[in-house]
Amino acid sequence: MKAKKAALPYLVWMLLFTVVPLGLVAYFAFTDDTGRFTWNNILRIGEFIPTLWESIKLGGIATVFCILLGYPMAYIVSRSKAHVQQTMVMILMLPMWMNFLLRTYAWMTLLEDTGLINSLLQLLGLPAAHMINTPGAVVLGMVYNFLPFMILPIYSVMVKIDVRVVEAAQDLGANALQVFRRVILPLSIPGICSGVTMVFVPAVSTFVISKMLGGSLNMLIGDVIEMMFVGSSLNFNLGAALSLVLMILILICMAVMNHFDDDADASGGILL
Amino acid sequence: MKRRLLSLLLCAALAAAAGTMTSCSGSDGGTTIYVKNWGEYMSLGEDEMMNVNEEFTRQTGIQVKYTTYETNEQLYTMLSTGSTEIDVIFPSDYMVGRMVEEGMLAELDFDRIPNYDLIDSRFKNLEYDPESKYTVPYLWGTVGIFYNTTMVDPEDVEDLSWDLLWNEKYAGKILMFDNPRDAFAIAEAKLGYSLNTTDEEELRASYEELLQQKKLLQAYVMDQVFSKMATGEAAIAPYYAGDGIVMLEENEDIAFGFPKETVNQFVDVVCIPKNSKNKAAAEEYINFLCSTEVALANAEAVGYATPQTEAKEELDPEISEDPMFYPPQEILDHTEIFQTLPKTVNQLMDDLWIKLKISRN
Repeated sequence: MKAKKAALPYLVWMLLFTVVPLGLVAYFAFTDDTGRFTWNNILRIGEFIPTLWESIKLGGIATVFCILLGYPMAYIVSRSKAHVQQTMVMILMLPMWMNFLLRTYAWMTLLEDTGLINSLLQLLGLPAAHMINTPGAVVLGMVYNFLPFMILPIYSVMVKIDVRVVEAAQDLGANALQVFRRVILPLSIPGICSGVTMVFVPAVSTFVISKMLGGSLNMLIGDVIEMMFVGSSLNFNLGAALSLVLMILILICMAVMNHFDDDADASGGILL
Repeated sequence: MKRRLLSLLLCAALAAAAGTMTSCSGSDGGTTIYVKNWGEYMSLGEDEMMNVNEEFTRQTGIQVKYTTYETNEQLYTMLSTGSTEIDVIFPSDYMVGRMVEEGMLAELDFDRIPNYDLIDSRFKNLEYDPESKYTVPYLWGTVGIFYNTTMVDPEDVEDLSWDLLWNEKYAGKILMFDNPRDAFAIAEAKLGYSLNTTDEEELRASYEELLQQKKLLQAYVMDQVFSKMATGEAAIAPYYAGDGIVMLEENEDIAFGFPKETVNQFVDVVCIPKNSKNKAAAEEYINFLCSTEVALANAEAVGYATPQTEAKEELDPEISEDPMFYPPQEILDHTEIFQTLPKTVNQLMDDLWIKLKISRN
């Protein structure tokens, strides 16, 4: 009973700022600008399938890179001495103390044709590389901005892995690769799952990164939705319909992820 | 843990202090007006110039809460949702028409704005407000082409035309407006149409033109135009002439010119939303903005042209005689002011714009 009372503020909060807005999104998605019911907004989604696909593709690539970079990093941090760990985690968090926009802006000046990297390349007599305003630059921006969200959840799961479990595996004759594949990886899957959610969801719906590093030439679905709400093409109804579809797609992705998560729990139980 | 507690306490103390401060400013002086303006669009005390809002508070005791927005559409959204208190706004010509149509603006009491007489009559009774009931002109300007003289061949700008923005020689070095109205206007001018065309065929032809151009573009930008042009990252960009004051200062290789076809002339005006609770104070503020001293400070700080006659005369002749800022009549003769388009046309333009933006070539 006590627990229920304590949860009340959160329930009210959820209701006001999650459920009601979701209802509004759905309402706008199924009405026209006079407030009459219509399927038109949903039917128009077809036009945006290439953009949706591009967003999911780039978000997916960025997520994969985040795992490839973040997993070893999280492992290294979790195996370090306690005080080193603290410093390392702080260094990982450090960029996040700066504004997101500012950091992305900095990448713009780095990647431009006349930017720092190309100036340096020219100074060394190397050929210049065109980087800005390409999908690659957008993925880079996503990986850079969201990498901490991958490392931290994996790290927090990894530090909890009991060293004795690893030692037991070694005692039973497992080599390093087997220890990793049979013990550490399965036990860290919940961390990977929450990391993927925390990277993939914002990456798919981002609009600032693609605008700044993609030159607004490679529009992602987030850009389109932003344009329809505060940008240059006001259309709340179509924007809401797009948000709804994006939300459903993300929910599906998360359901798939959670499925893996459950499997991991089950197999983790067997391992222990 | 102790340290964490301390920082928490400090936070709480700060919050409390902030709370008392705001309640103080609310109780003394009485009236507060909420002003929403474009970014970098008023003299706010940089470079030892006048801080218009502080000066207004000093003279009248009315507090000014000043915030900014980025696009006309953003302002429209804020007004239409009615969620925030707003007393003074600065929309552009075509947005005014829409706001008037939808009954969002209050009729001004011009007895409280005597300085309105100092506004050049050329800017009164324009299409968006034919009887001058809702608006007071604030600043105006034109659109032209900025280009980097070290990157663009002189023969290409000799007989300057919007075609320059479609010149394949400069592929990857061209920037374009990131808003539908300005972007379509350039395509329409290039094709010889009116900037206010409502003809579906003409709009679709303009779309095709913009689609062709997209392959040659470096990026669609608004404010980023400054850094991209200053560093030489881009060679050619259409933009508002008044911003030349910043653009030319940052990179001396940048030049400005008007294309021979039609160019857009815009007027940004001051208005009061219908639901303003401090209309009289807002009108006093507008009158203050129209005084010579303030209009001069704003024109100098912003760089856009002032419609206030006395302020223009007092302006440094280097600026007031510069055709970039105050174009001569022969240029003005081929300018066109945006009109409010019918809803269906707006819809079509928005749809074509999105189609353009999401196209992949």
